[in-house]
Amino acid sequence: MAFVTSFKNWFKRNLVVIAGLLTLAYLLLPNVIVTVFSFNKPNGRFNYEWQQFSTDAWKDPCGVAGLCGSLSLSLQIALWATLGATALGTAIAFALVRYRFRARGAINSLIFLPMAMPEVVMAASLLTLFLNMGAQLGFWTILIAHIMFCLSFVVTAVKARVMSMDPRLEQAAQDLYAGPFQTFVRVTLPIAAPGIAAGALLAFALSFDDFIITNFNAGSTVTFPMFVWGSAQRGTPVQINVIGTAMFVIAVLFVLASMVIGNRRNRRKA
Amino acid sequence: MTTNTTKNQKAATDGGGDVRLAGIGKTYGSFTAVHPLDLTVPEGSFFALLGASGCGKTTTLRMIAGLEEPSSGTVHLGDQDVTALPPYKRPVNTVFQSYALFPHLDIYENVAFGLRRRGIKSVKKQVGEMLDLVQLGEQARKKPHQLSGGQQQRVAVARALINHPKVLLLDEPLGALDLKLRRQMQLELKRIQTEVGITFVHVTHDQEEAMTMADQVAVMNAGRVEQLGAPADLYENPRTTFVANFLGTSNLIEAEVDTRGGEDVVVKAAGDKLVLPGARCSAPAKAGGKVLVGVRPEKISLTHADDAGSIPEGRNRITGTISNTSFIGVSTQYVVDCAACPEFEVYAQNIDRDPRLAPGAEVVLHWNPAHTFGLDAAQDIDAGVAEGEAA
Repeated sequence: MAFVTSFKNWFKRNLVVIAGLLTLAYLLLPNVIVTVFSFNKPNGRFNYEWQQFSTDAWKDPCGVAGLCGSLSLSLQIALWATLGATALGTAIAFALVRYRFRARGAINSLIFLPMAMPEVVMAASLLTLFLNMGAQLGFWTILIAHIMFCLSFVVTAVKARVMSMDPRLEQAAQDLYAGPFQTFVRVTLPIAAPGIAAGALLAFALSFDDFIITNFNAGSTVTFPMFVWGSAQRGTPVQINVIGTAMFVIAVLFVLASMVIGNRRNRRKA
Repeated sequence: MTTNTTKNQKAATDGGGDVRLAGIGKTYGSFTAVHPLDLTVPEGSFFALLGASGCGKTTTLRMIAGLEEPSSGTVHLGDQDVTALPPYKRPVNTVFQSYALFPHLDIYENVAFGLRRRGIKSVKKQVGEMLDLVQLGEQARKKPHQLSGGQQQRVAVARALINHPKVLLLDEPLGALDLKLRRQMQLELKRIQTEVGITFVHVTHDQEEAMTMADQVAVMNAGRVEQLGAPADLYENPRTTFVANFLGTSNLIEAEVDTRGGEDVVVKAAGDKLVLPGARCSAPAKAGGKVLVGVRPEKISLTHADDAGSIPEGRNRITGTISNTSFIGVSTQYVVDCAACPEFEVYAQNIDRDPRLAPGAEVVLHWNPAHTFGLDAAQDIDAGVAEGEAA
């Protein structure tokens, strides 16, 4: 009896911690599985059952034909799509916040359409468009499609930042002898930078792992997500887990590095 | 680059010149923010634009800075017509309301911003001196959000002053500070102005602030300058009811001119005869005409009705009943109900307090006729009361 009550009390006190740990486990478990199976040595073509520990795949990540080519293509597309979408999206965000023009309200809502529309519909209609225009499917059609659906995310992220910006800061810069260009480079851009960076990161992530739209508009070109999907039909090479794990680790390292830099900066200030 | 160098030379060699606004006005669509006005700010003076919010004072300031384009008129700095110049080409700097410090730069870089934009390479000495002037040498490497409100305010002043502008514009610079700090900063700003000798144009809604700091005050109301003058002159000789009520408190009594003999005007108000100097009556005082007679609350003496005999001859007198008293330490404020004026305010210093002066007591109010002023009766007697209370 006494044991049950004390357990109840303990449970009540630690409820939040338990819920937090369970959520964390829910989030991390898939990544753990991916990582564990990157050290597997499967019998046969499918990497779904644990056989024995091996670092073979890590030693030779490009050992599967086409994998590293698709990975490099995906990275290139993600990079260019990020650049394009960030530049265009930042300009759109500034225009929407700063200027009053006709159809501004309409554009404000139209910008959200790519976010709201089912991806598969957008993919199909883009394909129709490209085919009608006689465009050759491949790198460029993928890039155009990616910039298109990344735009709305960048605009949303940058707009929030620009809207919260005090217009007097730019007036103060002008008052302190900065011309329009100097004002933009020295004051506007640095203050809007966190919003632009957030938009760019989102764009990169979205572009890198997009499958549906890419699959429709890629022609014979194969990106990394398409490669993974394609190989899953015929058997999953361990190298896919290796690439996945490496990306997860790199992302975590980025987050840790930014936290360390932030902390050090704060300490220096104080 | 060429514009930069010419400007530097100008700032360095040609320190002089008044700010002259000629017929300057601003309209937004059908709304007139500033009616065309003429104003000259003498070189080296501390000039205040005083008024309630929405009176056009900030718009006027922004037109001097170049941040607002005037709908009419011109702005001259000395001999130079700057009306068409953008803000970054005017030798004028602004201390913005809530400071507008650059959040991504530290204090040092905030202060150095103007020098760097003008292509000056070695800024270290100047920035150091300027930070010392505002007593912030220790904080140079902090970011603005790590400073207190008063410190941020001083950074804003330093950032503007380091450029040695011909005119420093201050837009409600003390509005965000608490009362004690505001008093301290008023003295500080006055000290800095005396030290650097630059013309300051200060926009404020706080009449006490304007009177403490400025050599000249322009009282603005509804896009117009109501009156311009030295603080004491504005306070003693208001020419409109707005100025009388907005600057401090005035007791205004509706009266009818009885006779105008020699230098004095004699008026009748609800049976009492009052005398005021003709020179202080801005209204056309014809016999039988209406005037508003005004007197400041602190000029009035309060005597209990039983002692009415002891009041010297030749003073203006009004009888009434005390309806309210409030004791505020150095003085006591009385509200007296008189036939001529239902809420007559009297401030009496607490030197010898007469215990009989309590609500309900019959009293005689009396004051030196020289302290009376006369205003045109054809205006709203309560103009400026609400604005003065809000401020």
